[in-house]
Amino acid sequence: MSPIDARRLARLCVPLLLAALAPGAAAETVRVAVAANFADALERLRPAFERDSGHELRASSASTGTLYAQIRRGAPFDVFLAADRERPERLVDEGFADPSSAFVYARGRLVLWSADSALVDGTPAVLHRATFRHLAVANPKTAPYGAAALDVLRELGLADELAGRLVQGENVAQAWHFVASGNAELAFVALSQVLAQDPDERGSRWLVPESLHRPIEQVAVVLKDAAERPAVRAFAAFLRSPEARRMIAGLGYAVDPAP
Amino acid sequence: MSGDALTTASLTIRLAATTTVVLLLVGTPLAWWLAHTRSRWHRPVNALVTLPLVLPPTVLGFYLLVAFGPEGLVGAVTTRLGIGTLNFTFAGLVVASVLYSLPFTVQPLQAAFSAIGSRPLEVAATLGAGPVDRFFRVALPLARPGVVAAIVLTFAHTVGEFGVVLMIGGNIPGETRVLSVAIYDHVEALEYGQAHWLAAMLLSFSFVALLLVNFSARRRAGAAAAGG
Amino acid sequence: MAEQPAHLELRFRAERRGFTLDVDLALPARGVSALFGPSGAGKTTLLRCVAGLEPRIPGTFRIGDTVYQDERHFVPAHRRGFGYVFQHASLFEHLSVLENLRFGERRSGGAHGGLALDRVVALLSLASLLDRAPGSLSGGQQQRVAIGRALLRQPRLLLLDEPLSGLDLDSREEILRALEVLHEELDIPVLYVSHVPMEVQRLADHLVLLEEGRVVASGTINEVLTTPGLALARTDEAAAVLAATVRRHDPAWRLTELEVPGGTIYVPEQRHAVGSRVRLRILARDVSIALERIENTSISNVLPAVIASIDEDRDPANRLLRLDVEGQVILSRVTRRSVNRLGLRPGLRVYAQVKSVAL
Repeated sequence: MSPIDARRLARLCVPLLLAALAPGAAAETVRVAVAANFADALERLRPAFERDSGHELRASSASTGTLYAQIRRGAPFDVFLAADRERPERLVDEGFADPSSAFVYARGRLVLWSADSALVDGTPAVLHRATFRHLAVANPKTAPYGAAALDVLRELGLADELAGRLVQGENVAQAWHFVASGNAELAFVALSQVLAQDPDERGSRWLVPESLHRPIEQVAVVLKDAAERPAVRAFAAFLRSPEARRMIAGLGYAVDPAP
Repeated sequence: MSGDALTTASLTIRLAATTTVVLLLVGTPLAWWLAHTRSRWHRPVNALVTLPLVLPPTVLGFYLLVAFGPEGLVGAVTTRLGIGTLNFTFAGLVVASVLYSLPFTVQPLQAAFSAIGSRPLEVAATLGAGPVDRFFRVALPLARPGVVAAIVLTFAHTVGEFGVVLMIGGNIPGETRVLSVAIYDHVEALEYGQAHWLAAMLLSFSFVALLLVNFSARRRAGAAAAGG
Repeated sequence: MAEQPAHLELRFRAERRGFTLDVDLALPARGVSALFGPSGAGKTTLLRCVAGLEPRIPGTFRIGDTVYQDERHFVPAHRRGFGYVFQHASLFEHLSVLENLRFGERRSGGAHGGLALDRVVALLSLASLLDRAPGSLSGGQQQRVAIGRALLRQPRLLLLDEPLSGLDLDSREEILRALEVLHEELDIPVLYVSHVPMEVQRLADHLVLLEEGRVVASGTINEVLTTPGLALARTDEAAAVLAATVRRHDPAWRLTELEVPGGTIYVPEQRHAVGSRVRLRILARDVSIALERIENTSISNVLPAVIASIDEDRDPANRLLRLDVEGQVILSRVTRRSVNRLGLRPGLRVYAQVKSVAL
């Protein structure tokens, strides 16, 4: 074995050994399954959590449905940050998650967005004018932002009129790609996506009032076997902390006031 | 079967069939050239044809999304031609599938053409057969197993295509929503029942199709051996 | 070069890795011309050049005034109208025997009116094979089909590339007989590549010796066969060929009487018609020399001859004698001791005792 391999192995093994030999010791790892749309946000939160708690955070991101299916099959996660309410509640019902741990850690804010900085004037007017060819939305069947987008069209009385111009991305990220690559003029995407861009690449948008669609609630749950671990409890508490809420809000989500 | 599922299934078959036909037309000359050329472009072209095997489908899909878009290279041409852009259209899926399934057509054909070697073609030439005659009367019949393999693999691979369609299709019922995407949607929406149903349909259809192709290949080969 | 009869004119030059082809030949446009030489001599390459299968090798090929290749022209193989039989049969596996035969026939453009399908099938005994798949045939059967296929193409020139190699003895004999019959019946030139002396002795009218891509000798068959020092005269099968005419059959003794220059030769009864021309092959080792006509001997075939030359043989114990039999030459292989004992020398009148001949 070369020295490099040995060192790498040591780097992998030593923390594991320490964790195994000293349960309850200070440095623990929290394994978080995070919905793709919140993956970046979690990265921003990580330094604050790791600094405050001394624990380590390891995130795996995928679509909420994929993560749900993985957790059901025993994937090694401690916390599930879903993009909806349905999947975490199912895990609770099915006995995979701790019922008392479920809470809304963020609410998605929907925006009508265009890469063209002049197209959307802060109102839905562009939808009524209907001068565009394609309006991209996330798949309403699988993505909460997609379902919310259809709610908005119905509320505006445009659902039938615009049905022929809808193109579906599998999720908001793809709806974003459709617009960013010029294939669609408009998309309903997440505010967090727009705010993640450089200011001069944010195009134009209409921030959709939450009253026009069902709430896009992103629910977190702690998974069954992890509920008692101090590091996991520390992370759950951190998510509810005013500091975390402030940061989440700053990234483009709505948050409930602290209880 | 629901109307939706039927639309999706027939669209999928239409896409796979169209792709297979187009690829046979495009891939056969390419495979022929690759099997016979001594050009120094042989290796680069060979590598290029194989590339879709390496690239993750969603990555290929993403590049196509950009290339087909109004500012993309292909998009600029198609827009200029008055066709509009290819994304979110059936034609776009066909073009993407052709690129994506290219190695599955070219490689079996190329292997078959190489295996024939030059001898039967030389024999045919001395018997008065010109190049086109030689190709259709000698090379193609002798390459039959390769042709069957190419058809089967291309068709099956296109039916199972997912990542590329996901990226450029836009999930439009009757236009770009194919079975694999529909199944994925059902899984994502926790509609496991429907997902199982569609998956079972996809599998059994493909199984029967492959079986039939194999049978016909075997029967023809048997007939030739028996002097038919 | 419009003189009659027309000639085949071959000129090819090629340098390839470790191999040079440098050939300039004029061959008669009638009968069988054999290209003879060891493997690697360039026989097959030359034949492929003639067929138009080596477009990259520069050269000239014409039959009479018809140019198939020169500096400016190159007629591709499929437009040359030649028949080619490859060393290995190379039948089309996807077609039946009959379809293989028809492949060339269909593409002959109805030319020539040479052999018809029925005749080819009979000549090569293909009747029972017509419905079979090539894969189910023996090597000899396959080669017969391949020859038939090339003939039905109604070729202007027939090219045979060692068609008998790799076949068992019976198959060889069967095909050789068929080729001999073809030789009689067909009026087209044949180029026959071989490295087996017996084949060229039986079939060739003209013989070209090739070595390392160059022509060592080219001439009428007997001329080349009997020139001492050339490859064929140095083999164990050194032989001469002699033209003969069938004079009569003798059913009582089951013999056939053949007329040759200088006398009569008896052979086991043949099926050839009286008056037909046949070719005798006389091995040098089967010819012994007597100074006077010996009556009390079992050898009944004796021809008066004059010793034309006495040359070294490959075995230092032997000498190779060229004997002039009324203008035709045959070879005799005798020991040096006999030469010495009998006082043999060029110009001496002797009697050639022929132990056996082959037709």
